[in-house]
Amino acid sequence: MCIDCGCGPSNHDHTHSHDHEHHHEHGKGKGKTVRIEEDLLGKNNRLAANNRTRFARHQLFVLNLVSSPGSGKTSILERTLADLSDQLRFAVLEGDQQTANDADRIATTGVPVKQINTGAGCHLDAHMVGHGVDAFDLDATDILMIENVGNLVCPASFDLGEDHKVAVLSVTEGEDKPLKYPQMFQAADLMLINKIDLLPYLRFDVEKCKQFARQVNPDIRIIELSCHNGVGMEEWYEWLRHGVQNKVRDEA
Amino acid sequence: MHEVGITRSIVEICEENARKQGATVVHSITVEIGELSGVVPDAVEFCFEACSKGTLLEGASLIIDRVAGRGRCAACHSECIMGPYSFECPDCGSMALQRVAGDELRVKEMEID
Repeated sequence: MCIDCGCGPSNHDHTHSHDHEHHHEHGKGKGKTVRIEEDLLGKNNRLAANNRTRFARHQLFVLNLVSSPGSGKTSILERTLADLSDQLRFAVLEGDQQTANDADRIATTGVPVKQINTGAGCHLDAHMVGHGVDAFDLDATDILMIENVGNLVCPASFDLGEDHKVAVLSVTEGEDKPLKYPQMFQAADLMLINKIDLLPYLRFDVEKCKQFARQVNPDIRIIELSCHNGVGMEEWYEWLRHGVQNKVRDEA
Repeated sequence: MHEVGITRSIVEICEENARKQGATVVHSITVEIGELSGVVPDAVEFCFEACSKGTLLEGASLIIDRVAGRGRCAACHSECIMGPYSFECPDCGSMALQRVAGDELRVKEMEID
């Protein structure tokens, strides 16, 4: 039995032995009314708060990377890990519905990685992350990168206990994505515009994209980069270093 | 379709409360879903039958109270209706609208015997 969340091996296949016969009519103002007033995301939010406390104890800087499938989250991670592994200690949680392909790619960089398969699920939740990080030595880690399931809708609602959500948008997508999926870009503190080496071949309007992002989130920080040719990566690395320093200082 | 997970939470919360009350039957449950919550009420309705099957909630009516989005402008303090895509204050034009309602995702009450 898990102390944090109360889950256990038998918890998810419980059977219900009660029997009630349905001779009554439903929802016709019969019966006793009971007030509940309970938040539907309450359980996730409680577990996320537990994660956040645990991460703070280890002075761990935690990012939740969100985007559409194919925006380049894994490629950005690969390059980042290759370039910064001698300066910062990383661990990576990979979320996908199926396969360990992304974890295999990350593993070649030598950084500790754990794949979470959500099956039919469309997002990671705080429960999965809480168990996922058990695989790492958190005292020997500076940054935890959580690569969420490629999906611009559902992961916006689920706090994992991260310091920041980082939304990745690539220039092969539409520049109006922030308007189409405002919840995600509102929830993010940083937006990475990826694949900018392809701009000469596309009709993607970077300025318009930034304007749309700021329309839904006036405070969002934006970095343009290409993990292919390396342009802009240094600005992203500086942001990461800064985040780690602040976390260590704040929790010291 | 995070509505499946949301609907499962509805069923879990209600079953737990129904057991505590010693209920043998749940007639109806009332849930509040805000327009800005990112959860689609129709999808929750669609999932409810499957998620409640075999539980105390099987056969109960699901009543969804939809809560309109409302915003308050941090600059001019006026209040307005806020849709999922509106961030600009209709009164003063600044991009400073903050949500005051519409985020709700809550089980309000249920009728039991």
